[in-house]
Amino acid sequence: MGKPYTVKQMLVSMASGDTQPSDWTQHSLGIIENTDDKIGAFLQVNGEQALQRAHQLDDQAAHWRASLSTTGATTQGLFGIPYALKDNMCTKGMGTTAASQILANYIPPYSATVAEKLTQANGVMLGKTNLDEFAMGSSTEHSAFQKTHNPYNLNRVPGGSSGGSAAAVAAGMVPFALGSDTGGSIRQPAAFCGVVGLKPTYGRVSRFGLIAFASSLDQIGPLTQTVEDAALVLQYISGPDPLDSTSAPTVTEDFTRLLTGEVKGLRIGIVRDISAVGMDPQVMTAVDKAVAVLAGAGAQVVDVALPHSAYAVASYYLVAPAEASSNLARYDGVRYGRRVEGETLLDMYERTRSEGFGMEVKRRIMIGTYALSSGYYDAYYKRAQQMRTLIRQDFDEAFQKCDVIAMPTTPSPAFAFEEKSANPLQLYLDDIFTVPANLAGLPGINVPCGMSNEGLPMGLQLLGKAFDESTLLQVAHGYEQLRGFTMPSPHGLEG
Amino acid sequence: MEFETVIGLEVHVELNTNTKIFCSCKTSFGDPPNTHVCPVCTGQPGSLPVLNERAVDMAVKAALALHCQINQDCKFDRKNYFYPDLPKGYQISQFDQPIGEHGYLEIDVHGDRKRIGITRLHLEEDAGKSQHAADGSHTLVDYNRTGVPLIEIVSEPDIRTPEEARLYLEGIREMMHYCDVSDCRMEEGSLRCDANISLRPVGQQEFGLKTELKNINSFRFVQKGLEYEEQRQREILAVGGEVVQETRRFDDVSQTTLTMRSKEEAHDYRYFPEPDLVGLHIDDAWLARVRATLPELPMEKRDRYIRQYQLPAYDAGVLTSDLAIGEYFEAVVAAGADAKSASNWVMGDLLGYLNGRSEGIAATPVAAVELAELIAFIAADRVSIKQGKDVFKVMCETGKDAKTVIREAGMEQISDMSTLLPLVDAVLASNPKSVQDFLGGKEKALGALVGQLMKATQGQANPGVVNQLLRDRLNALKAVE
Ligand SMILES: [Zn+2]
Repeated sequence: MGKPYTVKQMLVSMASGDTQPSDWTQHSLGIIENTDDKIGAFLQVNGEQALQRAHQLDDQAAHWRASLSTTGATTQGLFGIPYALKDNMCTKGMGTTAASQILANYIPPYSATVAEKLTQANGVMLGKTNLDEFAMGSSTEHSAFQKTHNPYNLNRVPGGSSGGSAAAVAAGMVPFALGSDTGGSIRQPAAFCGVVGLKPTYGRVSRFGLIAFASSLDQIGPLTQTVEDAALVLQYISGPDPLDSTSAPTVTEDFTRLLTGEVKGLRIGIVRDISAVGMDPQVMTAVDKAVAVLAGAGAQVVDVALPHSAYAVASYYLVAPAEASSNLARYDGVRYGRRVEGETLLDMYERTRSEGFGMEVKRRIMIGTYALSSGYYDAYYKRAQQMRTLIRQDFDEAFQKCDVIAMPTTPSPAFAFEEKSANPLQLYLDDIFTVPANLAGLPGINVPCGMSNEGLPMGLQLLGKAFDESTLLQVAHGYEQLRGFTMPSPHGLEG
Repeated sequence: MEFETVIGLEVHVELNTNTKIFCSCKTSFGDPPNTHVCPVCTGQPGSLPVLNERAVDMAVKAALALHCQINQDCKFDRKNYFYPDLPKGYQISQFDQPIGEHGYLEIDVHGDRKRIGITRLHLEEDAGKSQHAADGSHTLVDYNRTGVPLIEIVSEPDIRTPEEARLYLEGIREMMHYCDVSDCRMEEGSLRCDANISLRPVGQQEFGLKTELKNINSFRFVQKGLEYEEQRQREILAVGGEVVQETRRFDDVSQTTLTMRSKEEAHDYRYFPEPDLVGLHIDDAWLARVRATLPELPMEKRDRYIRQYQLPAYDAGVLTSDLAIGEYFEAVVAAGADAKSASNWVMGDLLGYLNGRSEGIAATPVAAVELAELIAFIAADRVSIKQGKDVFKVMCETGKDAKTVIREAGMEQISDMSTLLPLVDAVLASNPKSVQDFLGGKEKALGALVGQLMKATQGQANPGVVNQLLRDRLNALKAVE
């Protein structure tokens, strides 16, 4: 198969009149039709509805092109661009499951703010992608419904929890998909699937309608082929939302404005005191090489320290489960979703939640409930929050000396199915590079930085200052232009 | 052994905002079930709360009225527990940073003023209502009430008698009315009360083992329930027993308290800061804005009535028990009426009339100036007090003013000498027997003559004037003899 089209390419093509929205929707639906039985990225595809919407947009295409020529813009909105949503974002009238049995038949009465915004930007939603149940996991193996396979090697996981979105973009089914990132759930699958994945600053994108995993950490962001596409999509999903009190009062800015390819004079921080057990030397080499590429283009490399990052995973696995244990209390069989009848109210609760939730979700609810319990709160939850403050301060200090920080996204490339399911703790420890950004609320991005010996993508992670996505995207884009190779097409689907 | 009773109350007050605390659904009471609900207040996946600042205004106002210190930086927390009427599986409340702390409420106990400390006042959301089928087959839940803003007011254990508990609760209601933050209808659940009660030997510092009394649904039952519980505990302690620490409920049928749950079943609510809301900062300008809306508070007003109008404490208490009654009373006085007369009329005839119809002062058919006018007629002896009461009834029923009613009934009192003298002479002339009796020393005969004269004027003659005229005439006759 050929190189997948980007959002930008589609827009340029439609702007010139060569193609129209329904062409791209059909194109995407065709790829899904041909490949998703092998990949399993989608939980639900709404082809008919999408085509209907695309045809409506066809009728507006001439008007849209005219508006472009008067403003001189090449891309106004996400006009006619097909996309997918991770199935933990509510879509009115369309099933939203969070890949959980407990919500198997749930149809939301409202849409998430991001879904509304993308509709307003004239995107065409094709369907909902697979994830680890309630976004808890890093392999998408914890979906209650299906496995998603890594397009680069079908025997490997796509990462998670936004594995469906990452795989769908990697396989060219959609030029972009939204994911959510609580501890790396956008960046890690992006690294595994060889695509760009951006976790914006906490508060940049509204969480309204995102089925909560850990409210103080969750953030929605795009998975795309290119950094420029990530900037474009961010443009249309970000901004303050009166329905989300934690959305930040930011002003509109053009996230593509610094995408010049220029990195000269920018300071890249590298962290020597952060390390992972089982770190694959190939990944470290690839990241070092990426930093060298940036340095070669005039970026300045400086050492920074994140002394408390050693405690990041431990803190994360207290804060996130604690919030999750409370966020998931609403799935009680009373108002919506699955109910298993019981003899008494307590019996009904127990049966509903025992049968409705999967193993990993139960594990985290148990950890979180314990961490918040009377007598343990101070020792666990409170200390974890204090550690969070220290980690945030580490970053504040580090960013005095640099503009972005570079490090691997994951310790190793995509692993095989079931390879890590026997030891959840080891899998948790693999989050070492991604969780600090969530704990500190900072933006982070994965950019593919090479292929491993086994032919699997590896990822460079860049972290930026709070609400400075523009500089982060500038460096990511600069690297993408300078890296001197193009990502090979997903070969898992060949032959 | 002598025992002392120690009581603390936890009062929940529903704030009368138009919309709920975290969504824009209406707060109206009594509508068909689940007609004021949305994704937020039914806890749909992905929904988020947004704080209604009007609820903060009202909570701050109530806290200021109760002399609380305001925590200008506070936050919300989640109180986690499972119940079908709690859609999210947690209640958004305030745990360690309540909006108000360290306040007090003053009550009048048999003429003595007593200060009851208020530990804290915090803002939270209400839960829905469960309706259990009589046969236990099912439960229905109504989420209309879910998310209605509540304040919880926790008193210090300063209350010493069940009567004080009732007075305190009435004081809270009065204060909430004054601040116009709640209608405090216990029967509709917009005011709810739980009580902690324990006994200890007089002189002992530590508290005894307490029981918590729930399900108190009227002001009367607060006192009754606590009296029952006080007696029950006293009997246990008198024989050397130990009170079981537990939650009991007041059963209004048997008028007793019954065990609800023991302490072992107590919840661990796993409080933690609500991550879906940002910290609440009430800046100085906000606080000042709310403070400016505070009315004169009941106790201050009570003292002022006693001082300014020389009213008895009882009158001052009744007139200030409701903001609108006080306003009405002061309007009557402002229209020229004597304060004590105005007080008598308002407390007696007016409130009597309104109470008979279960109406409040707002429904008065007699405007304050109209009542003042009636009082002026009486003060000028143009109608008697007794007549005045009849006039007032007609005013209430017809909405006419005093002057009109008096004229139409031809009931104005005759005090004019030139009208009355010929009538007096006529009565004397036609009742020689009574005249003779009086002159013979029978004082009582005067009454008969007065009666004749009143009859001749259909009761309109001013009895005082008539009396004096008759006496003058008879004394003149006596002198002639
Ligand atoms: Zn609502």
